Amino acid sequence: MSVLHRKSSERHRIELTVNGTARVGHAEPRMLLSDFLRHELGCYGVHVGCEHGVCGACTIIRDGSAQRSCTQYAVQADGAEIRTVEGLSNGQELTALQAAFKRHHALQCGFCTAGILMSASVFLESHKNPTESEIREMLSGHLCRCTDYHGMVQAILEVAGSDSEDE
Amino acid sequence: MKPVAFDYARPETQEEALDLLAEHGSDAVLLAGGMSLGPMLNLRLVKPSMVVDIGGVTGLAAFGTVAGTVATGALLRQSDAMENRDLVSALPLLGLALPWVGHVQTRNRGTLGGSIAHADPSAEIPLCLATLNGQVALRSRRGRRSVTARDFFLGMLTTARGPDEMVVALEWPEAGPGEGFAFEEIAQRHGDFAIAASACRARIEDGALAAITVGLAGVEDRPVVFEFDEFSSDPPDDPDLPVELAEFISQGVEPLSDQAASAAHRRMLARNLAGRTVAAAIKDAQVTP
Repeated sequence: MSVLHRKSSERHRIELTVNGTARVGHAEPRMLLSDFLRHELGCYGVHVGCEHGVCGACTIIRDGSAQRSCTQYAVQADGAEIRTVEGLSNGQELTALQAAFKRHHALQCGFCTAGILMSASVFLESHKNPTESEIREMLSGHLCRCTDYHGMVQAILEVAGSDSEDE
Repeated sequence: MKPVAFDYARPETQEEALDLLAEHGSDAVLLAGGMSLGPMLNLRLVKPSMVVDIGGVTGLAAFGTVAGTVATGALLRQSDAMENRDLVSALPLLGLALPWVGHVQTRNRGTLGGSIAHADPSAEIPLCLATLNGQVALRSRRGRRSVTARDFFLGMLTTARGPDEMVVALEWPEAGPGEGFAFEEIAQRHGDFAIAASACRARIEDGALAAITVGLAGVEDRPVVFEFDEFSSDPPDDPDLPVELAEFISQGVEPLSDQAASAAHRRMLARNLAGRTVAAAIKDAQVTP
């Protein structure tokens, strides 16, 4: 057992997995995970809004659960498995959820969308037949100022429905 | 947005964490889930020279019941607690309150102990622990002690924890026979800070009301608790009782006034939420074997 020490004035090597690829970057202890993902690793799909955990724009999937990336620090994420919005589509080919968001006008400016897609993606992995109220409860962790959330609810319901028909 | 520059230490054992606290004292802050401390750091409301990340400390995320006391490790995550059927059935009040704690995206990191140590006056977990008259277990190199939740919270973000102490566990009285529980909250948006919240435990013995405890958060600068064990009439379903108790409680609080609500508004919320939780907890107790 030992204590890991990281000096405030130095940049430290951080190794983690992002969208299935091993990545390495450097961060001083105070660097937010959101800033690390954007500026060190180039994942500009991680949007920063309020930077204190309220708006949800920076939401990522860390070790299998939806989490804010602005209220954790890069030094805490050494060894973590992270998924960002960049990992969803395959080139121009959208995921079913992204296509449904487009079809249902579930976004307008798109700023909040990257975080919402991450929350909704991991939500659908554990909720095969979600109710509208469960979806709205999950979405309550995100602020969208363009839409009224209704299109998102419809899109997620549609994707969940198509999943259950496939089974 | 950036916090001040801080040194970062990540201990693996409680002893290592306590050594760091003993050495750095109030220059250090303990980081657990970071859902309260993260915003405080980012907004530079706290400017520590060292952040001690206890997120990886072993042995602090379990829970267990001994002789009617449920001990939950300080690092038990809010989402894990909420999804644990055994824990929620032993602590129904906590089960009712957890869905009000932030959002799923914050509960996935936020811990029970972190919320207690942070001591936001509107927070749900401190309210539940104070209402149930539970205890906060603290450790330092000097030893271990337990402080009742009602003595632990001293004011806005202020607790009885010494600078060398770490919250290691919360000790909750397990729900007993004939007990019922209720939780209500008013916030601008579900998951936001409570403008006011009420928790209630009611106990029925031999068909008669034996005790009612009502706690309020967001009303004063710390959780406030009212205990009742004498009632003018015995029938548990007397519709006047919740109204009487709520009126008594609303006259007994000294509400805060801020941009979210005036003192008069909070007094009204305290009365209405207390009345609702008393009625609901009695109803719940009537169906509890």
